[in-house]
Amino acid sequence: MHDKTVTQLAAALKSGEFSSRELTSHFLQRIEQADGTLNSFITVTAEQALEQAEVADQSRKAGNAGTLTGIPLALKDIFCTQGVKTSCGSKMLDNFIAPYDATVVEKLRTAGTISLGKTNMDEFAMGSSNENSHFGAVKNPWDLSAVPGGSSGGSAAAVSAGLVPAAMGTDTGGSIRQPAAFCGITGLKPTYGRVSRYGMIAYASSLDQAGPMARTAEDCAHLMNVIAGHDVRDSTSVARGVPDYTETLNAPLSGLKIGLPKEYFGDGLDPEVEKAIRAAVKEYESLGATVREVSLPHTHYAIPAYYVIAPAEASSNLSRYDGVRFGHRCNAPADLIDLYTRSRAEGFGEEVKRRILIGTHTLSEGFFDAYYTKAQKVRRLIRQDFLDAFEDVDVLMGPASPTPAFDLGAKKDPVSMYLQDIYTIAVNLAGIPGISVPAGFAGGRPVGLQILGTHFAEAQLLNVAHQFQQATDWHLQLPAFAEENA
Amino acid sequence: MQWETVIGLEVHVQLATRSKIFSGASTAFGAEPNTQACAVDLGLPGVLPVLNEQAVAMAVQFGLAVHAEIPEVSVFDRKNYFYPDLPKGYQTSQMYHPIVGAGEVEITLDDDTTKRIRIHHAHLEEDAGKSLHEDFHGMTGIDLNRAGTPLLEIVSEPDMRSAKEAAAYLKAIHSIVTYLGISDGNMAEGSMRCDVNVSVRPKGQEAFGTRAEVKNVNSFRFVERAIAFEVERQIELIEDGGKVVQETRLFDPERDETRSMRTKEEANDYRYFPCPDLLPVVLDQAYLDHLRSQLPELPADKRARFQTELSLSAYDANVLSASREMAEYFEQVNRVCGDAKQAANWVQGELSGALNRENLSIQNSPVSAQQLGELISRVLDDTINGKAAKQVFQALWNGQGESADAIIEAKGLKQVTDTGAIEAMIDQVIAESPAQVAQYRDAEPEKRGKMIGYFVGQVMKASRGTANPQQVNGVLKTKLDALL
Repeated sequence: MHDKTVTQLAAALKSGEFSSRELTSHFLQRIEQADGTLNSFITVTAEQALEQAEVADQSRKAGNAGTLTGIPLALKDIFCTQGVKTSCGSKMLDNFIAPYDATVVEKLRTAGTISLGKTNMDEFAMGSSNENSHFGAVKNPWDLSAVPGGSSGGSAAAVSAGLVPAAMGTDTGGSIRQPAAFCGITGLKPTYGRVSRYGMIAYASSLDQAGPMARTAEDCAHLMNVIAGHDVRDSTSVARGVPDYTETLNAPLSGLKIGLPKEYFGDGLDPEVEKAIRAAVKEYESLGATVREVSLPHTHYAIPAYYVIAPAEASSNLSRYDGVRFGHRCNAPADLIDLYTRSRAEGFGEEVKRRILIGTHTLSEGFFDAYYTKAQKVRRLIRQDFLDAFEDVDVLMGPASPTPAFDLGAKKDPVSMYLQDIYTIAVNLAGIPGISVPAGFAGGRPVGLQILGTHFAEAQLLNVAHQFQQATDWHLQLPAFAEENA
Repeated sequence: MQWETVIGLEVHVQLATRSKIFSGASTAFGAEPNTQACAVDLGLPGVLPVLNEQAVAMAVQFGLAVHAEIPEVSVFDRKNYFYPDLPKGYQTSQMYHPIVGAGEVEITLDDDTTKRIRIHHAHLEEDAGKSLHEDFHGMTGIDLNRAGTPLLEIVSEPDMRSAKEAAAYLKAIHSIVTYLGISDGNMAEGSMRCDVNVSVRPKGQEAFGTRAEVKNVNSFRFVERAIAFEVERQIELIEDGGKVVQETRLFDPERDETRSMRTKEEANDYRYFPCPDLLPVVLDQAYLDHLRSQLPELPADKRARFQTELSLSAYDANVLSASREMAEYFEQVNRVCGDAKQAANWVQGELSGALNRENLSIQNSPVSAQQLGELISRVLDDTINGKAAKQVFQALWNGQGESADAIIEAKGLKQVTDTGAIEAMIDQVIAESPAQVAQYRDAEPEKRGKMIGYFVGQVMKASRGTANPQQVNGVLKTKLDALL
């Protein structure tokens, strides 16, 4: 069952080939067997999952089942889940049991899906390798010496290893697309505001976006049908109708105009990655698309702008972790300042502290205009680059990451880590959607093709990705680890 | 040296919305600690703010009432600082683009002259919670019921030149917000509090002196006293060769002094930036027009109308328009009795006196405007005389009757205007007072006017106060003069 897609599993549940309880047990068993090695889960909620599966089977019997009723999933530990530890990968929240469900969680539950647990992640979603988790690094199922990517690395690894058929991730600077690429799965970052952020622990509010991670674009479409839409509890969620994302999956690609941003094929791009991407683009030409080179001239400002805006917002968003009302509190504080400083010093990891300090600095008096205001201007230019490009082409394509997954512990210098996100970050600054689909291998590790569209073009991206997956089988390949742990 | 005082006020007005500015939790005062704080108010991970539209409407109404510019776009910013009763570690406020721009209010001074005070801007923000230091030994308790309560912070220009002007300004703001119904204005419960910026400069000097900010002053009286203390302190300091430092001070009403809280060097850097969780507020003309059409008559307009239409004096008009409740009460009395001058006299005299004695607000007056209006009508149509009217008022106040008429009836206070009856009483008084009659007769003519008072008193006494005094006077004069 673990090699099947969500779509296939849904069909099997519908035909009665197996029950949700059997399916859920199967995946729980796989988690138990394999996750000691992989470390992709922080919390496994086996008992609740089996109860939910029971309910799903009942409602199917009663004729009330929807498409995803009874399908097991996993949630990045950034989504608040009522009654379940929601740690956000941090020691700060190691003792935090969320008293409410995030909107995404509520919607998935209402659709009848079953949560197997909470997946590992870089602390507060800050990282590109999943090495910044308080709960330890996650391993890449394709090569246990490699990172799975970050920050949704737990979700990506769990799907890749067949511990769960799909999972929810979040993407602030590439955290769905890059781990999807590193682990050889499909991950969609929707348009900013398309999916509610309510109940999703904030890293950088103006950039954070939740999205699905699964084997195929078709599976992502099914999940998008459930999670997309306006939420009155999130003022930044957009009040705009949600299409049926599965309806347009099979639209032909003839006449599709693809742009290749020349800035995405420059220095630092691994030649094998480039080769895989160019081959994928060729495949699209054979499907009827035309290809031209385009330019996104402000691309090289994306990382500096991101590392002003995201830490600025993070420094403020993370102020609430002060040891006063919930989360980690230091032992026997001498006074209020001691309570704050020691609780935060003990509760936060190094990368989180680094970004809080950067953000505090860039927002402080005398630096605000030079950094924050300037970065917002750059952000507008980057967004305009994309809008200009989409005047001429339908979608943009390029690599999701300049290299395949690197080795655990390989990147010691934070800046070299930040450069990992060079192709993904601008997308968050612009608020447009992007998807990463498996497109080959480099050095035995997966390569992700990134496809970008204009605001609210998710249906088109899923269609473009699905057509590629109809013509190729990169997305069907499973790591040996998945089979060895069958 | 002659000194001039320069004062600016930041007034925090708690808006009378039912729910909080960014959450659905109740804003009702006085509930058990932490029972009116939802996940949003607690700043739990993952929660997001949703702007209360009513708070926006109230802020805009205030702006319209002070003739302010209302910018098309306003933006919420985060003010970052750590404090245990600030759950998110930042206060959502408006720094760069407030909802209300520059406006002005007119204040009335003791000598009935008016002065315009400019308003720099007014912005929306959320209140913090409350730290309870006394209730827990060696620890501090946090009550977040107040966290997220909507506040409108109204910032004046430094246009006030005395403690009296500052108090008058605060009263004017109080009167506007209560007229609009956007705040209950209850200073004792903290619905209105202000920070006072005070500096002094040599008379004639243009540049401002260094100012001190006195935080959280919560009554009209304390504002005057805090300023008086500060002015004296600063002048003494300078005259002794010292320098005023820019700092935040606290007013201690017990000791009637201000004390240093923190200096500028210790002040926070709040690291303001636009709140990424809230969209900019965009107000279109139709919305503003709609709110404008809902505005009630405001104190300044009412004051002017009382003078022109009802011919009240500036003083009366000012007192009677100061609060919406007072004005509404007065206007109702006037509608019932139809005599504005009498209505004004009664409301400011008998009624206000009684309310002050028992420390009651006009909303809680035991005598309703309808009752008082009817009472005045009975005086105007000569059913009772002024003396009886005071008895009737007292009886109404004590709840001894439903209406003036009922009490007049029950107590037999109806004025006797029957000439025959009055003449009979007068004849009897004259017959029983031969000595006084003799005195009257022997007195010089110009002194007789005063002496007639004795006879009037006797007649009124005989009538138990119900005789019409004018009538008694007239008839007595005729009869006594006939005896000369």
